Amino acid sequence: MQLTGAQALIKSLEMEQVEVIFGLPGGAILPVYDPLLDSTIRHILVRHEQGAGHAAEGYAHVTGRPGVAMVTSGPAATNIVTALADAYMDSIPLVVITGQVGTSLIGTDAFQEADTTGITMSVTKHNWLITDASQIPTVVREAFHVATTGRPGPVLIDLPKDVSNQAMEWYWPESVDLPGYKPTLKGHPKMIQEAAKLISKSLRPVLYVGGGVLRAGATKELLALAEHCGIPVVTTLMARGAFPDDNPLCLGMPGMHGNYTAVTSMQKSDLLITLGARFDDRVTGNVAGFAPYAKVIHVDIDPAELGKIRNPDVPIVGDLKLVIPELTREIKKLKVDLKSQLEPWIAELDTWREKYPLSYNQDPGGRPLKPQYVIERLRQMAPPDTIVVSGVGQHQMWASQFWKFNHPNTWVNSGGLGTMGFAVPAALGAKVGRPDKVVWAIDGDGCFQMTAQELVTATAERIPIKVAILNNAYLGMVRQWQEMFYDQRYSEVYLSPDLPDYVKWAEAMGCVGIRVDSADEVEVAIEKANSINDRPVVIDFRTDTWEKVFPMVPAGKTNDEIVIGPQEMERK
Amino acid sequence: MTFSSSVVPMGGNRTNLEAKHHVLSVLVENKSGVLARIAQLFSRRGYNIYSLSVAPTEDERFSRVTIVVDVESAPLEQITKQLHKLINVLKISEINAAQAVEYELLMGSISTSSETRSELIELVRIFDGKIVDVGFDKLTVMLAGSPKMLDDFEALLGAYPIVEIQRTGRVALQKLDRSAPTRARSKSGKAS
Repeated sequence: MQLTGAQALIKSLEMEQVEVIFGLPGGAILPVYDPLLDSTIRHILVRHEQGAGHAAEGYAHVTGRPGVAMVTSGPAATNIVTALADAYMDSIPLVVITGQVGTSLIGTDAFQEADTTGITMSVTKHNWLITDASQIPTVVREAFHVATTGRPGPVLIDLPKDVSNQAMEWYWPESVDLPGYKPTLKGHPKMIQEAAKLISKSLRPVLYVGGGVLRAGATKELLALAEHCGIPVVTTLMARGAFPDDNPLCLGMPGMHGNYTAVTSMQKSDLLITLGARFDDRVTGNVAGFAPYAKVIHVDIDPAELGKIRNPDVPIVGDLKLVIPELTREIKKLKVDLKSQLEPWIAELDTWREKYPLSYNQDPGGRPLKPQYVIERLRQMAPPDTIVVSGVGQHQMWASQFWKFNHPNTWVNSGGLGTMGFAVPAALGAKVGRPDKVVWAIDGDGCFQMTAQELVTATAERIPIKVAILNNAYLGMVRQWQEMFYDQRYSEVYLSPDLPDYVKWAEAMGCVGIRVDSADEVEVAIEKANSINDRPVVIDFRTDTWEKVFPMVPAGKTNDEIVIGPQEMERK
Repeated sequence: MTFSSSVVPMGGNRTNLEAKHHVLSVLVENKSGVLARIAQLFSRRGYNIYSLSVAPTEDERFSRVTIVVDVESAPLEQITKQLHKLINVLKISEINAAQAVEYELLMGSISTSSETRSELIELVRIFDGKIVDVGFDKLTVMLAGSPKMLDDFEALLGAYPIVEIQRTGRVALQKLDRSAPTRARSKSGKAS
């Protein structure tokens, strides 16, 4: 069967069971958009290529399947670089297809030419420049394999326009032949036994759980391990939902804005059982002072993570889905009554939890409206498996702190790269992936202004997401740092509460817009938002400008220097 | 990457080379952009390349990249693990200088006068080098040998007006086991 390169690409995507592409056409990718008309694959026309990338990420986050985005060459390719970098940091499987100028024009500074494979080399797991249409099925097959296996990540296929038009004889490769790519899946049995021994002797162990557990789909296995041993769990920003927050063993989020108990449990721990986490600087604070008494078991599918920041006592390379059950089995063999061994540790953690809960103070008069109160009300009024998507900044930290994540893959955010503007397009992608679930984007006013145009996409494509803007009229996190560390010298952080008018803007984009100024209006507004399911809703919550995210470990300090709340800040 | 290429720092201090540097022999797929991926990885992760040479192997599907890395810039283990993550990298062997055959090539154009010409030719002979080009008042000399030998030769050439000196960076192969056949052990850590 003879196909054009463009037809072969679409057919290859169908073979990979792609159900949706987020994209925006243009010159160099034009040939591919023609056979797309005859395909079963749904295409969602975004308003900016960065949105296509983040939407594909949101889709991948909640479905576990690779997100697919397709854009043209040059500026379109550079616009999607942010999403690639974001997905690379957070290990999100993404397949991005970019058009490229014709092969004879490559290197001549042709119209809309950019060195896409060169530019994206450091933000993709791998990328391909196709030079002949016969390569297309093989490259697509390889691309999906690389994106979804081992440590997942984004890949990019650059397709020159003339290759799209070239004829090729259709085939579908039976298997992938990548001699240099063989991820290790099974953990070393000796190392797993060593780990089990360390755990059986530990008195203050903590399961330090990262996003890798979600990527591996190993949440049930984690629950079994934690419950069998009675070991407390901290879930990093990327791992919120990997272990249920309402499980008594869950200590919540550690790190710079983690709660006191989660942070301090690691500081006092004698054994960190690190599962799919990577000792990010936002978790460790000053590394030299991080978890000083702890031995470290580190399990990761990426060998380069072991010993990158902290040398593990027991390194295990492998797929958590396989390693965690093995570890549980080995621990069971040792027949140690860990639960009673850990009783004093749990009791100590409980006193901290009681003494240092997360807190805020909503004035009963209703004003100023506290952002944490908004999040709590949103949660109380939403189904328990609601998907929450956030941007980056204060609202992200409050969302992570005050939502209760009891289901895996219900928290979508930009952790590693910290990409402002992630929420709206990612929420759109998440809703496309899980149309059966309620999707709330909790966004900041700064973030919202970066990518709000994707609400036009949401309206046009009938993707009824809900957006809660925690509008404090500032680039809030930067303002917080300027207040705390720059003597309240506020430099370029003011955004204004009503410029733009978020309600009018929402309405102009075909959404329902609602404004909330006071705590007494919150419930009615959320009720209204919840009742709308045929279009997106935006609520502009005018929140307290002065509210800061606490606890906080100041940058460069060790986690022992955690500042619990504003009162303590004043004392210092 | 179907051509040979090499990068060597100009006139750097070559003393203590063995203590600070490690030689990695990296077998890669002979595909376009592989050298860029390796160079980019080193730059992105803040590792220093001291010298690098690339050429196709006996099997045209593969190339061998010999990289001399500055291990003070990062632990060697982290460098090899990150290299292994490149999809086109098949095998990485760390070559221990004591158990390797290492060669490098130097070419230099030297200005000569009637007094110094024969002296220079004599020096080249002593080192078992070659005169590969002759000009009216210049000679181009060539020497292949161990990096240490090239260091010595280069130092002695310093006595003459040097027009240009070019070194290739080293290539290395593991010394052969005399008792039984063996292969260079690849470093642990697969791509993921």
